[in-house]
Amino acid sequence: MAEVSVAQQGPTVGHRTRRLSRRHREALIGYLFLSPWLLGFVIFLLGPMLVSLYLSLAEYKVITPPRWIGLANYERMFGDDLFYHALSVTARYTAFSVPLGIAVALGLAVLLNQKIVALGLFRTIFYLPSIISGVAVAIVFAWLFNFKFGVLNYLLSLVGVTGPNWMGSPRWALWAFILMSVWSAGSNVVIFLAALQGVPKALYEAAEIDGASSWHRFWNITLPMISPAILFVAIIGIIGSFQTFTQAYIMTGGGPANSTLFYLLYLYKNAFNWFEMGYASALAWVLFLVIIVCTILLLRTSARWVYYEGDARAR
Amino acid sequence: MTTKQSRQRQFGWAIRQVILYSLLLVLGLAFLLPFLWTLSSSLKPAGSGFKFPPEFLPKEFVWGNYPQVFVMIPFMSFFRNSLFVTGMSVLGELISASLVAYAFARLRFPGRDTLFLLVLATMMIPYPVTMVPTFILFKLLGLVNTYFPLILPPWLGPAFSIFLLRQFFLTINTELDEAAKVDGASEFLIYRRIIIPLSKPVLATVAIFGFVAYWNDFLNPLIYLSESSMYTLALGVNFLRSFRGGGELSIQMAASVMFVAPCILLFIIAQRYVVEGIVTTGIKG
Repeated sequence: MAEVSVAQQGPTVGHRTRRLSRRHREALIGYLFLSPWLLGFVIFLLGPMLVSLYLSLAEYKVITPPRWIGLANYERMFGDDLFYHALSVTARYTAFSVPLGIAVALGLAVLLNQKIVALGLFRTIFYLPSIISGVAVAIVFAWLFNFKFGVLNYLLSLVGVTGPNWMGSPRWALWAFILMSVWSAGSNVVIFLAALQGVPKALYEAAEIDGASSWHRFWNITLPMISPAILFVAIIGIIGSFQTFTQAYIMTGGGPANSTLFYLLYLYKNAFNWFEMGYASALAWVLFLVIIVCTILLLRTSARWVYYEGDARAR
Repeated sequence: MTTKQSRQRQFGWAIRQVILYSLLLVLGLAFLLPFLWTLSSSLKPAGSGFKFPPEFLPKEFVWGNYPQVFVMIPFMSFFRNSLFVTGMSVLGELISASLVAYAFARLRFPGRDTLFLLVLATMMIPYPVTMVPTFILFKLLGLVNTYFPLILPPWLGPAFSIFLLRQFFLTINTELDEAAKVDGASEFLIYRRIIIPLSKPVLATVAIFGFVAYWNDFLNPLIYLSESSMYTLALGVNFLRSFRGGGELSIQMAASVMFVAPCILLFIIAQRYVVEGIVTTGIKG
């Protein structure tokens, strides 16, 4: 083959050196291949994390050098109403958008799994929104959600409902963001569809012989069999939704009355509008902590609702 | 089975099909609606944003909205900036992630598995944690308002792509590289001449995911690019909305259509790779 004949022209290493330090040579080559990541890890992750930890214990307003203030930034958070508020906005958004997104994606995947014609077309339609995240979505939905002239309230008026002033009302603005996130949940349809197709047909056939209804089959076979995929999607979803930024920055800037002041938006304002780099760093670490706690809680409970095939064999 | 029973069963099947397809049709339309509405609004005459009820199809198509975008913002220069940043980032991601993934999948060195776990763990770390110090670093280096802060990180091994590529490299048969090794081929030659050519589909997946992510990225350009001549399209389109003729629906929609078009075209051409990529990372991972 062409590859091999080219490979033959490759440099050959003297027998002596190879025998002497083959293992060392192999390790050296390994680290050489690894070097982009090693560099990136130190420069863009480990280094910044250490600096961030230090800055979270300092006052740093860019114009003067950082000044060590111990835990004062964290103490300040306890008395900062906007911090609590941003955390609560983001937590409420996560609590609704992640489960809703999973339910919708799962529902769509179940529909697509019914041996339908034009599967590819529908899959494309449901996936398409998730590749145009960010600015364009925000601009388009700002119009769709328009109180007086928007399409959504027009459609609601057709069925006799007077739509709320979505973006203009502190009560509804967050719901507008939750609805938007559901529209973008389509990438998970592909994951769930693959999981559904992986469920052994024999299980359904056996259940059918036992006379199980389709609802029972879904509840007792499908859901347990795809629960690992649900856990995966939930974790990725939580990590992502705690970092919501672009939509809020563009559509509301955090308003009205801070009702959409997402955590990352508040952090951004601290760092880049008010140059409170120290306080912003402390905020970032608390965000990290919150995400870790949520993930751990989810993993802990998953023992009760996530089913792994290996377990069954062990029993 | 009596004919009555079988007829009943057929009837039930037909009903279910009708319900299934009506559901799919309604949901499909609901998901498409924002796209269709954006496209149709981009062709509406001025002032259409403030009409009730909103028109779904413009009475006459105003194609002039598109050229108007080029008058209101330097669209071509924003487009070129975005293309440059996205292209360089994707290139860097492909090169660095494939080298690193090759090491994790094919080479033996002390600490390999621990380091791979570390790669996976870094995916959990939210970007805000490193955002502020990274900005300070680039500021100290005098690189704020250049494209380096946007392009450099992808050249240094993005974790997600490393993971995706490593999973794929593990599935490639080792016979070929062992034969090449016997013939004295270096590791780099094996990587370059055997692994990379065999991995084109998964590299396409990485490239598409990367393209979409960098093209749409808003936060990083927002932080690093202050001069408007440097703007990427994501910033440029927002600039159009907030500063230039902010209230005009049709102009905003025309700009949005042109902004998302490359991603949508790419997706439609290469969606097979996207689906495969999601399935590989989501399930087999």
